[in-house]
Amino acid sequence: MTTSAKSVRGLGSAGAGTQHHIRQRVTAVALLFLVPWFLYSIIVACKAGYEGALTWVAQPVNAILLILTLSAALYHMRLGIQVVIEDYIAKSGTRQALLILNTFAVIALAAATILSVLKIWFTAGA
Amino acid sequence: MAGQGRADSRPLSPHLQIWKWHWTMAGSIFHRVSGLGLYGGAFLIGAWLVALATGPEAYAFVEMIAFSLPGQILLFLWSMAVLYHFANGLRHLIWDGPMIGFNPGVASLWSMFNFAFAIIGAAVIWSLASFY
Repeated sequence: MTTSAKSVRGLGSAGAGTQHHIRQRVTAVALLFLVPWFLYSIIVACKAGYEGALTWVAQPVNAILLILTLSAALYHMRLGIQVVIEDYIAKSGTRQALLILNTFAVIALAAATILSVLKIWFTAGA
Repeated sequence: MAGQGRADSRPLSPHLQIWKWHWTMAGSIFHRVSGLGLYGGAFLIGAWLVALATGPEAYAFVEMIAFSLPGQILLFLWSMAVLYHFANGLRHLIWDGPMIGFNPGVASLWSMFNFAFAIIGAAVIWSLASFY
């Protein structure tokens, strides 16, 4: 999603325009719906013990909503921490290193958690 | 200009240490603090999911940590951070979209409400979770 001003003026002085801001808001709107479901679900799943939690994740609706929640939340927090790093770390090398680390950490967590959900889902019927 | 000293008596923007605390300021700071906390929390939730996919032994280990006293305190703080970031995030969306709630009185009250929502909400969720 881009703003019409961007296509006229290029990316602006920050080099990024308003894309970051818009993505932060779009993921926030998604989380407005996903987080209440997630809070309720994770309590129910945790109280059900190992077998119960497995059964809960293995239900297709739960697996899909879980993957959507993870995707929206992880992207949202990558954007958020990016701003915190840019605000407080002035030293260029450290700043770049932390920005890269932020991206790597979030993508690694996304891969590990989404693959876990898929594994539970796909092995449930077997 | 830099290097010329400050001849005029206009005030500098106050630093955090000498700024009088008020609700909207605390509300903004805690939005960032809770966001940072949730970043860490996401890795703990992730550990729970990975353990669930790994097997019963790994899951038992995560359960043991989660049900210990430090684990329970951490989970309570996590739920409070989720509720606060949720309520204050909704306010940001209302600021950006319909653009209401900028009036200082309303903004302060709204900040107080968000803190109360987080504390009372977390308490209600944990009492319900332990009873049912």
